[in-house]
Amino acid sequence: MGVAERNGSLVIEELHKKFHVGAGEVIALRDINLQIREGEFISIVGSSGCGKSTLLRIIAGLENGHSGTVRLGDRRVSGPGLDRGMIFQEHRLLPWLTVEENVAFALNGRTPEDKRLVREQLELVGLSGFARAHPHQLSGGMAQRVAIARALINQPKLLLLDEPFGALDALTRIQMQQEILRIWEVERTTMLLVTHDIDEAIYLGDRVVILSSRPGTVKRIVPVELPRPRDRSSYEFVQIRKEIYTEFFHEAEKPFAYAI
Amino acid sequence: MTSDTKPHLERIKHLLQYLGLSAAVLVVWQGLYHLGYIKPLILPPPTQVAAAFQDLVKSGAMTRHVGISVARVLEGFAIAALLGLSLGIAIGLSRTLDRLTDLAIQVIKPIPPIAWIPLAILWFGIGEKSKVYIIFLGAFFPIIINTIDGIRQTDHKFVELSRVLEVPRVKFVRRVVIPGALPAIMTGLRVGLMVAWMCVVAAELIAAGSGIGYLIMDARQLSQSDVVLVGMITIGVIGKVMDSIIRRIEKRLVDWKPSFAGH
Ligand SMILES: Nc1ncnc2c1ncn2[C@@H]1O[C@H](COP(=O)(O)OP(=O)(O)OP(=O)(O)O)[C@@H](O)[C@H]1O
Ligand SMILES: [Mg+2]
Repeated sequence: MGVAERNGSLVIEELHKKFHVGAGEVIALRDINLQIREGEFISIVGSSGCGKSTLLRIIAGLENGHSGTVRLGDRRVSGPGLDRGMIFQEHRLLPWLTVEENVAFALNGRTPEDKRLVREQLELVGLSGFARAHPHQLSGGMAQRVAIARALINQPKLLLLDEPFGALDALTRIQMQQEILRIWEVERTTMLLVTHDIDEAIYLGDRVVILSSRPGTVKRIVPVELPRPRDRSSYEFVQIRKEIYTEFFHEAEKPFAYAI
Repeated sequence: MTSDTKPHLERIKHLLQYLGLSAAVLVVWQGLYHLGYIKPLILPPPTQVAAAFQDLVKSGAMTRHVGISVARVLEGFAIAALLGLSLGIAIGLSRTLDRLTDLAIQVIKPIPPIAWIPLAILWFGIGEKSKVYIIFLGAFFPIIINTIDGIRQTDHKFVELSRVLEVPRVKFVRRVVIPGALPAIMTGLRVGLMVAWMCVVAAELIAAGSGIGYLIMDARQLSQSDVVLVGMITIGVIGKVMDSIIRRIEKRLVDWKPSFAGH
């Protein structure tokens, strides 16, 4: 597929979003401007409640009542669409469908191609052997991988990932990070990953976007110009990590642990 | 102990636990009779009830009455299930339809089906139709209300997922809403069938010339308390069998849901 056809560049301009809570209102996002290149991998970090999920949901077309524009390629986003895939914090697999049925759930037409597509996706995430299993028979990591397969089957231009590995243990999380990197290298989909794990953000992202909280604004964008696969204990990696920590350190005036 | 004998012993133990209470009641009941504490005219002993049951089976009366009652229940229940499910799904999916029907459903629901018997006889006469109508009323409300509830409880997370994937409406209903509502729907069907079974007996007690309820009423007039007991126990056993059948169907349909079975 040609670059021009796919065009997964994302431009966000002057985005504001507020929620009405009781009589008052919460400004979730203020003055967000972001330009993401086609095929880029962007990590977004920020403390809890700073509007990360809200930002992804707006891009996915699940929210309304915001001002500003979101453009994917040359089209303005005004609702959900198959050009964007979304992976939620929980896997959201339908418990009554098997793994393969869950992946096929994303396909709306019924063509003889479907079966092959589903098989390919399951292969991509390494779950071919579990096609007939039900979600409750999977581990958390496996379930999240099925969710990834489901999100990728329509070949979205942009994949939105909202703390997809947040609920996994440290070892599985590292495995999944390598997996998502491998998938990205195959598919070259534009990636937008929200995480509260700074290491994860640096390990995966071409750039790390730091959001400040209440209201959520882009505080800084840190480029990560390290070759992949990245070594988490290399000098450069540690330097970038320090840099990002410092951002939070100033904001909250107390030292942070490794995950925020 | 070998690995073969243990599950075998386990199974015998579970069977004994399952039957224990009922067996004990029978033994005590029979014992009290032999000790002279209860008069057979007031409460005949299990042996006498069993003999009466045998007589009724031999004469063919039992099969006839049970057959008639079960046929009535199935007819009323089938209509209730058909209407309850389709209306329930329609109301569950449409807020307007819900507003239009909610008041009527909520007001008619608390009226016991038995209270409808006078009107039912007036409208449909003393024949089959009035009984089927009573059964239908009894089964209809648990089915429709559980169906609506089940649909309303569709997980919002799956609604969002379907929006993100641009799932068409019909597919959304078929693959997300209905399967999610299925446990509640099955509960509605189970309760509905139970109520239907209780209604047939009630309707037959009051106005019928056949059926298991009529058998009880007729025996009471002849002071055959053993036949009354045969009728009662038969009602209980058939009710249990019906429930087991629906549970089995439910287990098969909702096999994706690991449930809590107790300790
Ligand atoms: N539907 C809603 N109604 C009202 N307020 C909301 C709603 N959704 C989010 N908010 C508010 O908007 C702010 C941002 O929420 P959001 O879920 O985007 O945070 P987040 O950065 O994803 O947090 P976390 O890391 O804990 O997931 C919060 O203050 C939250 O209370
Ligand atoms: Mg969030």
